[in-house]
Amino acid sequence: MSTHTESTDPYATGIVDDEAVADAHVFNIEGGDWDDLVDEATSLNEERIVVNMGPQHPSTHGVLRLILELDGETVTEARAGIGYLHTGIEKNMEFRTWTQGVTFCTRMDYLTPLFQEAAYCLAIEKLLGITDDIPERASVIRVLMMEMTRISSHLVALGTGGMEMGATTVMTIGFRERERILGIIEMITGLRMNNAYIRPGGVAVDLPPGTIDAIRDMVPKVRKGIGELEALLNENPIVKGRMVDVGVLDLAGCMALSVTGPVLRSTGLPYDLRKSDPYCGYETYDFDVITRTSSDAYGRLRVRIDEMYESLKIIAQCADRLQDNPGPVMVADKKIGWPAQLALGPDGLGNSLDHIREIMGESMESLIHHFKLVTEGFRVPPGQVYQAVESAKGELGCHLVSEGGTRPYRAHFRDPSFNNLQAVAAMCEGGMIADVIVAVASIDPVMGGVDR
Amino acid sequence: MADDNSVGAPLPQDGSARQLPSGSDRGDEKSSGFWSDLFAPVAGFGVSFSTMFRKVATEEYPEKPRPTAPRYHGRHQLNRHPDGLEKCVGCELCAWACPADAILVEGADNDDSPDGAGRFSPGERYGRVYQINYLRCIFCGYCIEACPTRALTMTNFYELADNDRGKLIFTKDQLLAPLQEGMLQPPFPMAEGMNEKDYYRGKVSGPTDGQREYVDARDARIDEEMSQ
Ligand code: SF4
Ligand code: SF4
Repeated sequence: MSTHTESTDPYATGIVDDEAVADAHVFNIEGGDWDDLVDEATSLNEERIVVNMGPQHPSTHGVLRLILELDGETVTEARAGIGYLHTGIEKNMEFRTWTQGVTFCTRMDYLTPLFQEAAYCLAIEKLLGITDDIPERASVIRVLMMEMTRISSHLVALGTGGMEMGATTVMTIGFRERERILGIIEMITGLRMNNAYIRPGGVAVDLPPGTIDAIRDMVPKVRKGIGELEALLNENPIVKGRMVDVGVLDLAGCMALSVTGPVLRSTGLPYDLRKSDPYCGYETYDFDVITRTSSDAYGRLRVRIDEMYESLKIIAQCADRLQDNPGPVMVADKKIGWPAQLALGPDGLGNSLDHIREIMGESMESLIHHFKLVTEGFRVPPGQVYQAVESAKGELGCHLVSEGGTRPYRAHFRDPSFNNLQAVAAMCEGGMIADVIVAVASIDPVMGGVDR
Repeated sequence: MADDNSVGAPLPQDGSARQLPSGSDRGDEKSSGFWSDLFAPVAGFGVSFSTMFRKVATEEYPEKPRPTAPRYHGRHQLNRHPDGLEKCVGCELCAWACPADAILVEGADNDDSPDGAGRFSPGERYGRVYQINYLRCIFCGYCIEACPTRALTMTNFYELADNDRGKLIFTKDQLLAPLQEGMLQPPFPMAEGMNEKDYYRGKVSGPTDGQREYVDARDARIDEEMSQ
């Protein structure tokens, strides 16, 4: 950190005094006796310690580093250190075609892959001006996938959050139920995470036979599982003792820090992009925006639980719509729609023999489209867009800049975990160190998304 | 920036542009009765207790590996036509589509001349070198979507770990599907009277007598050369 600051930097932590730093007592615990160190520290009569929690700490959600200044057990100052999972995904996307970008952005927040894909593809479609041409069925499938992802993400949030407080049962139930959802996602996309399933113009491949039945079978089971979580958590005196009035951040604080998602809704503001700025036809589904007014970790827990019920409602509606709508799942424009027609066979998953016959045996034009799309991709008119979706963690925005080529000039993501993580200081300072864990868990940050 | 591109701004300033929906605060909706309220704090014990009588959800890998979904993206496979010729035409589309640059293809010309290198696939070219680097592959499946001949497919095999980096670069002989019953070992000419397109139209259902004779003669010649 720069020490010669006449600084006007509004983000500076505080004035660093060179002399005070030089005089500061440094404790080393290399060799020697622990008791000596303790004696030395106590003789100074100072309780103030700075502790690094993480980046390798089991309860900080991946590689988050929390820098805590403690006075006894009270946190006097808390800062989040990020960057330990930086992957350069955004930069990499500038060197891949628009379609290939999907495989990158899906890996940002690895618990909500389909939200990134949806935000990215919706943004591309907006730039191309084909938002209205996306087939109805493709949009319904997108909604279905996003809502399943929301439940699975919330289940991890509750499960790991519970585990960090010592409640292993919450974790096992959460992961058990998540498995049912991942089973369906695997059935549809072939992968459990990092799916690369939503593509510019639609989705990669239609649902396999039997999916609707599997979904209808899954919904009541998951609803029951969430009910069990509710029984374990809602009125549990220990949970309430640990979470009520912990990690409080009121509406003004959320607005100042642009915090979104369950954290914002726990303050009572029903801000949900699915309602306030609908995409993929969300305005036609029947569901409620869940809010609480307690603004604390317990409120966020209840918001997440109730949101899962709402997502199940949406999933059931999707299943009904998909049953009546055989339509295509990719835009009709042959110059944009990814040309693959996957089919299963005894030799595995590959392009269907009908598609092969069409492009290799019959239509030269189809072959040329196939060849051009695969090797160079489609061109996107110059311009920029911002498209946001309501991910499980809040507003997930995608800002794309195109200079008219086959690759993005810039692809930027506003990841909700990143913004929400700024609230750590506001939530934790003045509280106990044990409450830091609960507060961070209630934000539910995923470092893959934070660092990108 | 065009106006319609700037959607997604936060709260509406004037309250007219986009109305926020009314939220539903369920703070006290679920009070369902005296007894359930009384036992709510300990309802979790009921869940724990009943779980003891359930089948465990744990998977017993590796003793009992769970089958994947049929669409699972597993190890790749290079397929053959029904007579045994390779489907891969060395077009490199899979390598172009791969976002992780995991595929290396080098095509070469098929050669029907009597002393030539022979024919491995219908059409002009075949994939002489084919490698997939499983240290790079992210199993996205773009390559199988790009392949215009269904030469490349993905199987459900997923046990791809190894302790040697070199072994994870799979070469063509590892990826190529084994010869099925009745298939012949390339190189050999296309079925008589058929052209490349007939193969893709599915008109070839197995090796012809002419192809068999060619392969027998070829193998006899090789044996002879070996024994000399
Ligand atoms: S699955 Fe994806 S990463 Fe792997 S070889 Fe195919 S295109 Fe490349
Ligand atoms: S596997 Fe398919 S895409 Fe790849 S080189 Fe062979 S024919 Fe072309």
